Amino acid sequence: MISTSQQNPIQLPAIGILPVRVPLYSHKVAAGFPSPADDYIEDRLSLDEHLIQNKHATFFVRAKGNSMTGAGIFDGDLLVVDKSLSPSSGDIVIAIVDGDLTVKRFIRCGNKVILKPENPRFKEIELQDGQELQVWGVVTSTVKKFVKC
Amino acid sequence: MPIALVDCNNFYVSCERMFNPRLEGKPVVVLSNNDGCAVARSNEVKALGIKMGEPWFKMEKIARQHGIIAYSSNYTLYGDLSARVMSILSTFSPKQEIYSIDECFLDLDGFDPKTLMEYGQTIRQAVKRNVGIPVCVGIADTKTLSKLANHCAKKGLAGKDGVCDFGTLSEEQRRALFAGIPVNEVWGVGSRITARLNEISIKTVEELRAANLKMIRSQFSVVLERTVRELNGVPCIELDEAGTPRQQIMVSRSFGQTVTALDDLSESVAYFTTRAAEKLRHDGSVASSLCVYVRTNPFKEAEPQYQRSMIVPLSQPNADTTRLVRAALRGLKEIYRAGYRYKKSGVLLMGLQPKDMLQATLFDDPEKQARSDSRMRVMDAINRKMGQGSLTVAAS
Repeated sequence: MISTSQQNPIQLPAIGILPVRVPLYSHKVAAGFPSPADDYIEDRLSLDEHLIQNKHATFFVRAKGNSMTGAGIFDGDLLVVDKSLSPSSGDIVIAIVDGDLTVKRFIRCGNKVILKPENPRFKEIELQDGQELQVWGVVTSTVKKFVKC
Repeated sequence: MPIALVDCNNFYVSCERMFNPRLEGKPVVVLSNNDGCAVARSNEVKALGIKMGEPWFKMEKIARQHGIIAYSSNYTLYGDLSARVMSILSTFSPKQEIYSIDECFLDLDGFDPKTLMEYGQTIRQAVKRNVGIPVCVGIADTKTLSKLANHCAKKGLAGKDGVCDFGTLSEEQRRALFAGIPVNEVWGVGSRITARLNEISIKTVEELRAANLKMIRSQFSVVLERTVRELNGVPCIELDEAGTPRQQIMVSRSFGQTVTALDDLSESVAYFTTRAAEKLRHDGSVASSLCVYVRTNPFKEAEPQYQRSMIVPLSQPNADTTRLVRAALRGLKEIYRAGYRYKKSGVLLMGLQPKDMLQATLFDDPEKQARSDSRMRVMDAINRKMGQGSLTVAAS
């Protein structure tokens, strides 16, 4: 569930501010010990450019709750949401359900649309005939911080 | 040369609804900070007869009856969404004039006139899809007419699905349409001009359009004459692309509680001046004079009323917070009278000009100027990092 409280659930990307480019090293970290030998700089990476395709339509949203832990989305994670995209089956979306914003996996199965949580403790939301699903935006990535700073 | 006026529907309310879909279809009002006057109303609230600028305490009873949901304004959010909307709209025309936070003119010169309704629809959908804000589009040959076309689109008087192109109407249709719109809906025709026009039996847009130009000029002004010409399809007001740098900067606020002491007023005036000076430096401008004003609460009719303002000229145009605050406080001291309960104060920076176009004067001290510049840079950096108002100039 996305927090819908007034306490700043939505954070606005600083559009118009020059992106900071950080060196991108060419080696892949194999979840082991990174080799310092081949760490030459391949390019410079800006996280803004990496995470944001359409800056006018991109919003940062803070996730709340545990219904999507199976997809790697935990309480407090920052979601990057593109409002301009139409969802394809399998995408993670922010949908409007009963007036609330909620993050779920969007599954289209024939004529049926299902909003699937990624946690067995939560129930699927199946759209009834005639019930129109409003998708607020498609979640394109999540940003997770491991150190508080 | 067709011009489009794109205007966001009930902009602040739409911004709030975007992040809180529950508000859809409910009466929502956005109130100005502190003094709580309506600055945006949803259609449901408009239907209840609540006027723009109406203070909360006057509507509170109706609000409770009808479950009106009130928000205090969140200008950071509105500013961000506005920047997105304007940026998207700029892709639809080589020339754009941003007229206010929620509306802009687009030059559609050279576009095939037959496709403009469709183009308007494309514009609407692009803003809706990318930012989620509903807009209406009015298209006509002059700015005044495109404002009117936008009004028609919004009210559903003409056009289709939030887009109205006067170019698609026959002369006869247009006349009939204008005859049904009260004259105060015309851009630049305020309540005082409306009252005077009504006295000489000009009540509708059509009647103003058909009015005698000479009479309008002699009895009213060249400005209104220009409006009449524009209503007749003769462009008189050019598209102002460059986004003229601000002519003045205003920072003012009502106090949560009334204030009586000069010290307290000084503190607020110093704070407002600090904020205004920041905006000034952000624009790269300098001010040549400032106006400081105070007033009591006009809604508390039983209390003694007082309001006064004073213009303080600056010996040299500048953007130095310290000097501006000093000037503002000097003015405040002049206009302050003890024994009143003050509700609002404000500071207006005027005579703005770009800093780099400043002429050197006999009394310039470049070294002092450089010191002032670097001091201001540090101040802006600290306030940006630590939050607005962390560092201000002491009032006394």
